[in-house]
Amino acid sequence: MDFEFSAEQQQLKEQARRYLADKCPTTAVRAILEGSEPFDRALWQGLGEMGFLGAAIPEEYGGLGLGYLELCVIAEELGRALAPVPVSSSIFLVAEILKAAGSEEQKQKWLPKLASGEVIGTLASVEATGSVRPSNVALAAKSGTLTGAKSPVLDGDIADIAIVLARHAPGKDAQGLSLYLVDLNQSGIERTVLDTIDPSRSQAKITFNGAAAELVGAAGDGWRLYEEALDRAAILTGFEQIGGADKALEMGRDYALQRFAFGRAIGSFQAIKHMLADMYVSATLARSNGYFGAYALSTGSADLAEAAATMRVSSTKAFQHCAKNNIQVHGGMGFTWAMDCHLYYRRSNLLAVSLGGLNEWEDKLIDRLRAKNAA
Amino acid sequence: MNFDDTPHEAAFRAEARAWIDANAPKHLLPHLEKAGFGGIELGGLDPMKEAKAWQKKKYDAGWACLHWPKEYGGRGASPIERVIWNQEEGPYAALSGSFIIGHGMCGPTVMDWGPEEAKRELLPRLAAGEDIWCQLFSEPAGGSDLAGLRTKAERDGDDWVINGQKIWTSGAHYSQWGILITRTDPDVPKHKGLTMFFLRMDTPGVRIVPIKQANGQSGFNEVYFDNVRLPDTQRLGGVGEGWKVSLTTLMNERLSIGSGMSAGFPDIFEFCKELELADGTLAINDRGVRSKLAEWACRQSGLKYTGMRAISALSRGENPGPENSIGKLVAGSSLQEIAMFALDLQGQAGAVSDPKLAAMAAKFQAQLLRSPATRVEGGTDEILRNIIGERVLGLPDDMRADKGIAFNKIPTA
Repeated sequence: MDFEFSAEQQQLKEQARRYLADKCPTTAVRAILEGSEPFDRALWQGLGEMGFLGAAIPEEYGGLGLGYLELCVIAEELGRALAPVPVSSSIFLVAEILKAAGSEEQKQKWLPKLASGEVIGTLASVEATGSVRPSNVALAAKSGTLTGAKSPVLDGDIADIAIVLARHAPGKDAQGLSLYLVDLNQSGIERTVLDTIDPSRSQAKITFNGAAAELVGAAGDGWRLYEEALDRAAILTGFEQIGGADKALEMGRDYALQRFAFGRAIGSFQAIKHMLADMYVSATLARSNGYFGAYALSTGSADLAEAAATMRVSSTKAFQHCAKNNIQVHGGMGFTWAMDCHLYYRRSNLLAVSLGGLNEWEDKLIDRLRAKNAA
Repeated sequence: MNFDDTPHEAAFRAEARAWIDANAPKHLLPHLEKAGFGGIELGGLDPMKEAKAWQKKKYDAGWACLHWPKEYGGRGASPIERVIWNQEEGPYAALSGSFIIGHGMCGPTVMDWGPEEAKRELLPRLAAGEDIWCQLFSEPAGGSDLAGLRTKAERDGDDWVINGQKIWTSGAHYSQWGILITRTDPDVPKHKGLTMFFLRMDTPGVRIVPIKQANGQSGFNEVYFDNVRLPDTQRLGGVGEGWKVSLTTLMNERLSIGSGMSAGFPDIFEFCKELELADGTLAINDRGVRSKLAEWACRQSGLKYTGMRAISALSRGENPGPENSIGKLVAGSSLQEIAMFALDLQGQAGAVSDPKLAAMAAKFQAQLLRSPATRVEGGTDEILRNIIGERVLGLPDDMRADKGIAFNKIPTA
């Protein structure tokens, strides 16, 4: 048994960490949060040149042709650095959907550009407040065009292409849904940037006014492909969350060592020490669940759906727990704009809902455990 | 990332599995699979007798105390082989509860610090299950603050004379031997004046009084020492080195991995699949119930895979990282929360603890009453958080009012 990343994968992780420490300090995250640029273009280009974006894209489509385990360790470092770039939308979702269901022509056309970062992709599924379900997807597909709106769409303002969950047959059921690929740089598209809790990752409303679109995968297969894509993305995003949780824990620990009150380091008070210990417990459980997620993803295991839901719940809670208590350890300083604590707090709560909230994933987890149990 | 055995591990597993298949007490299996909190019930058979018989059989075939050297009754197996054995032994390991303290803690301590003659005589008997050992550490004045213990050992010629009291000693009432930590010098700071011994539990002057626990059972004891006389040859380690010796014991306690505590999720999951709520829906279909179940499921799997990470480290010949220290902390509170939640779902019937009447043979009622001890024994939740905070995260020690002060000058009340 070897339930650990290999030496080469650890090296890749170190390499990604060094690269991001250099190119993506929190001042770079803050520049996107505070400024008018929607994402860090130089970093995005660099990640493409380094091969990080294309790590899990086959060589024949312009990627490095490594595997999911390599992408997991890169995701962890991106999460740790709060990288203000659209990796989750473009790589974890769009490239993955194209790999799984795209036609040969679609793969040839788009995967090399996604791997290099030349093209940014995003997934557009949300139309209403609440969970995305077949009954609230109404955006209409008809004769190769889309009409309707999606909001919010993560990275929707900067994406060049979108994969859109749309209804080709009237009704409320899943069989009427398909995935469509849309070039967002066409006249039938309107975009409005949205105010969000984490402006270091931008979001938009996209209106489709009879925009030209082409099918991805079979007609009527949209919901299944969408759910499967969410599972794979949950594991990759889970590693972002684990990276963020670890960093928030370290920030809290470091502050508790350096901040003195009542004549002693505040980390010597059990109230603070035990809070940090509990953060460590959450982060450790999430990491261990994440290792199983990575294993399931990399082997295409039958346990993938269960592993994805387990990791999603565990890593969402861990990042939220560590980010909020990091502010608590910092006291009043933690609530200032100048300290970085809120960057992690914002990101933890963005990622907590970006693929659907905890309540949805808890439901999926219980459904999947039941199905396995019954099998 | 791969869960498969190496060829060597696979061969070892096959050998272990074949031996277990041919030799295990299969007639006890239905009872062992139901074993829950508060000991085992073997349909009228004597659990101690059955436990000793299984242990002896393993010992005779070279499957006892796998990680011990052969000359002391073990197999000289690698840590990963021990883990594989534990996985294969499965439910039969429930028979061995009375041996855990001896095999996991007392034996390794004697092995590191005891005189050679005693090691050769006593350790094989311990491995064979012929003797049971207990650990005489905690005292009324020394629990979490173990080094605050007061049981005295005073030198008298070639002997030591012991006076004092121990408490929370698991299994003292059925043990033949014990390891004992005492204070030999009260004039130095508390960690420096301690010395360890081993002794027979029927040594004159030793009196064992079972403690009736809050759940009505009696697994723990008080042990009184009234002028108990021990020869110096029963000393473990040097005079004044008792703290260092005791750390061997405690370290082995923490390293006894592979057993992997359950956070209790499978039971509550099963229960919620069957139980109807007031509105006629099954509990498992209720949003609020699902939220709680999901949390416990994540803790259960998180502990399982944390254990696997440790096993992998062993498999590579490395020491497991500190992540294994979270096990009991997570499991203890989960078991208690789950028990309370299960009773809540049972409504007024939740108060009934008769196994013939209560759901799942009153498993949750027993768990409710036993789980407070899980959060205390072998290191309280608070001590475990201190350990994580200080040894894993590197936070400063607590401020100690007794630091550097001679033991007999430390304020007590």
